[in-house]
Amino acid sequence: MKPDDTLFRAFLKRLLANRLAMAGALVVGVLVAVAALAPFIAPHDPYNVDVAAILLPPSPEHPFGTDELGRDVFSRMVYGARVSLEVGFVAAGLATLVGVLLGALAGYYGGKVEALIMRFTDMMLCFPTFFLILAVIALLEPSIVNIMAVIGLTSWMGVARLVRAEFLTLKERDYVIAARSLGASDARIIFRHILPNSLAPVLVALTLGVAGAILTESGLSFLGLGVQPPLASWGNILNQGKANIEIAWWLSLFPGLAILVTVLGYNLLGEGIRDALDPRLR
Amino acid sequence: MLIYLSKRLAMMVPLLIGITFISFAIMHLAPGSPTDMATDLNPKMSAIAKERLTKLYGLDQPMHIQYWNWLKRLSVLDFGQSFAPDGRPVLEKILNRLPVTVTINLLSLFLILVVAVPLGVYSATRRGSFFDQASTVLVFIGFATPTFWLALLCMILFGVNLGWLPISGIKSLAHDQMGLWAQLWDYGRHLFLPVVLSAFGGLAGMSRYMRANMLEVVRQDYITTARAKGLSERVVIYRHAMRNALMPVVTILGLSVPGLIGGSVIFESIFAIPGLGKLFYDGVMARDYPLVMGGLVIGAVLTLVGNLLADLGYAAVDPRVRHEA
Repeated sequence: MKPDDTLFRAFLKRLLANRLAMAGALVVGVLVAVAALAPFIAPHDPYNVDVAAILLPPSPEHPFGTDELGRDVFSRMVYGARVSLEVGFVAAGLATLVGVLLGALAGYYGGKVEALIMRFTDMMLCFPTFFLILAVIALLEPSIVNIMAVIGLTSWMGVARLVRAEFLTLKERDYVIAARSLGASDARIIFRHILPNSLAPVLVALTLGVAGAILTESGLSFLGLGVQPPLASWGNILNQGKANIEIAWWLSLFPGLAILVTVLGYNLLGEGIRDALDPRLR
Repeated sequence: MLIYLSKRLAMMVPLLIGITFISFAIMHLAPGSPTDMATDLNPKMSAIAKERLTKLYGLDQPMHIQYWNWLKRLSVLDFGQSFAPDGRPVLEKILNRLPVTVTINLLSLFLILVVAVPLGVYSATRRGSFFDQASTVLVFIGFATPTFWLALLCMILFGVNLGWLPISGIKSLAHDQMGLWAQLWDYGRHLFLPVVLSAFGGLAGMSRYMRANMLEVVRQDYITTARAKGLSERVVIYRHAMRNALMPVVTILGLSVPGLIGGSVIFESIFAIPGLGKLFYDGVMARDYPLVMGGLVIGAVLTLVGNLLADLGYAAVDPRVRHEA
């Protein structure tokens, strides 16, 4: 395992030297910490309705103001970080899983299997994704589990194409031919020999996919078709922001800023990982 | 070119069939039959609507016959009737709303082009300069900005605080009493924010893409040749390099169509614009299944058409494509 070790260390060294990527990692780290420690960070109960404090502007007591039910917006955003994190990782993870499986099968077997899978991928790409997601949400209940599943199952196409392309080149390599001549099964070749070597671009796609899933979730919740109140998500606070647009700017400003910083963080980290994995791509 | 066109058209047929198949499968995703869903989860749905739905989808038939019947109706553009109280045909509703959405999307595509192309070229020719670095940072922020949030902020700033622009609809109440120019001005004021904001999402990507293309093209031999024979830098960049860097942009424009159409759901519901996106959103909210399925199929077909136009455009500017195909 020695050569692997040095390769990995070189990768880490390049990644750590990339200031923008580290800034992204910091954002992601802070977000994870906030989500994990939400009960200790939030100054108020995010579900506590207070009729005496409806739509208060930011103040020392309520740093981001209160919403139309008098709930503390800062506390709701702290808990909303959990939703963003969950939806981001589960949806992007699901998309990556499906994309890797389909892409690997298509790239490895070629022929009819490939034609079938790639045509299906093309068809999925024809749908305006947001229309597709909304249509499914219209049939199912907009619960957080359904949203993660729907976002995941409608965003795997890029990964599938990527993995297929990787497999097409990697399956001709000597070590694959060697493994095959030793009598290794297809499954073993796919999962033990080729896949580990094509994980680099997948890791990048996963990181960028988390950012995309967070944006999609916030869009859905903004439209009222995502995470349902009283559960707090940055998107559904923005939905209240729109309803109170003429009187409560703080409901619109802060959650959107949180989304922007988070997505920016994941994107910078993803780009950093890409550059560190393959310095020639710069 | 004709051969190329017919080949491209033939390739669309299996895609179209696939699209209808996926749409049909989604319709049957609902737990139990769609009619149960409709009545159990939506008290707004009447018994008449339920009956209409059963009849529309022939739900007592086996699955493959249902699909075949649905496909037959689709082929004569019969999407059934909306569940809304007016009960109008879905196709009529969609066609009514389509022009607004297409106009806004064309305008924002145009805006993306006129802003992103010069931006990309300028960055590429001054690689590493302050302008290039600043625009790189802006592009990253642009990628990360939820555009609906930006829309909210613009509405608060320009609509509520400054009062410069209207924040909903596409025309004023007094629109019909205006003269032609006043009417156009009125449309312009209403469409300004939606068009600029829906272009915003594509701007970052396109300028990045244009920059990368320019950097690639500038390295080619014919650019060195052009410089070597003493052409001015202006001519080299704008006549020789930019033209070639522009070609793939046509394809990217085609690929951005599904994003724009999908985005129209958000913009049209924010700005209350009576387009396809708003219609679709209202259909989803009211669980108006025929309308939702019709919108889904039409959205996908629009994407296909967009891709076809992009491919044809590409074949028109690059002879190699149409000969190889």
